[in-house]
Amino acid sequence: MSDIQIVEAPAGVEGSGFFATKLSEAVGLARSHSLWPLPFATSCCGIEFMATMGSHYDLSRFGAERLSFSPRQADLLMVMGTISKKMGPVLRQVYLQMAEPRWVMAVGACASSGGIFDTYSVLQGIDEVIPVDVYVPGCPPRPEAIIDGFMAIQKLVRTESIRRREEPKYQALLAKYGIQ
Amino acid sequence: MAKIANEELLQKLNDKFPGQITQTGADFGLLTVETDKNVISEVLNFLKTDSALQFIFLTDITAIHYPELEKPIGVIYHLHSLATNTRIRIKVFLAEADLHIPTAITLWDGANWMERETYDYFGVIFDGHPDLRRILNVDDMTVFPMRKEFPLEDPNRIDKKDYFFGR
Repeated sequence: MSDIQIVEAPAGVEGSGFFATKLSEAVGLARSHSLWPLPFATSCCGIEFMATMGSHYDLSRFGAERLSFSPRQADLLMVMGTISKKMGPVLRQVYLQMAEPRWVMAVGACASSGGIFDTYSVLQGIDEVIPVDVYVPGCPPRPEAIIDGFMAIQKLVRTESIRRREEPKYQALLAKYGIQ
Repeated sequence: MAKIANEELLQKLNDKFPGQITQTGADFGLLTVETDKNVISEVLNFLKTDSALQFIFLTDITAIHYPELEKPIGVIYHLHSLATNTRIRIKVFLAEADLHIPTAITLWDGANWMERETYDYFGVIFDGHPDLRRILNVDDMTVFPMRKEFPLEDPNRIDKKDYFFGR
């Protein structure tokens, strides 16, 4: 018996020689196991993320094999570290350059809320400039916590409609940030 | 060349600028003098070009804010004579209503960024600076954050306590 784990098929109708399910479930399944992150690491959380990418914690087993520092083809923006107000527009531009579907994960106290840096120069949480899907607490969060946040994103991706972009709620959210 | 003694240095300055240089201290042997913004350019020029002193290296330009003083903002120059391994600190205090002081870029190109930083944090305007804009903070900031005119953080707030962050 091999101990390779295989992802379960989504709910659907099974019969001999066919399997019917919703397109969004199948697409969500595929998307959630091939999330391509764009690491936006500015400080210590970025170091913690490097450990997450390393062989011991191995982020790649989630299909997140292609980590690139370019918005091209990236699905998940992982913001790790203190974002100063001067960095805010840069972060926003990176987010705008990513194509839909896109998700955002704020890793650590600084990205989520400004953390200990309650100062004139630090953005008090990246959700002031871009919408955030998952917040990972901790200062810095351990790799397990980052993986937990990643799996929370996966769950979102799996269960969301592929037409998320057209949802009024999502459009209202983007409009709140002045995007499109 | 041997290190210049503080007395000798002060004597030279007093001979050159009688009555316009005051010694305010010598912490850890670092001679600290105060002067006026009308002569600061000449003082810096003299310290840099005098063949016996040769304060050719500008270590830093920064500022300080004493809200209780009549002239609250002080601009501080640190010079280092690489030839004699002597250091000197010069302070010039400015009134709140008139935060203008001549630039030192004519003597040291390195003063450019230091003066921009001093402007950024204290609002000191260096007359003659070619590009006086903020260097570290966001451009649309309207305040000068290092001035002591902001209240301290509310000690009763708990939203940033360590236990929220797992520390």
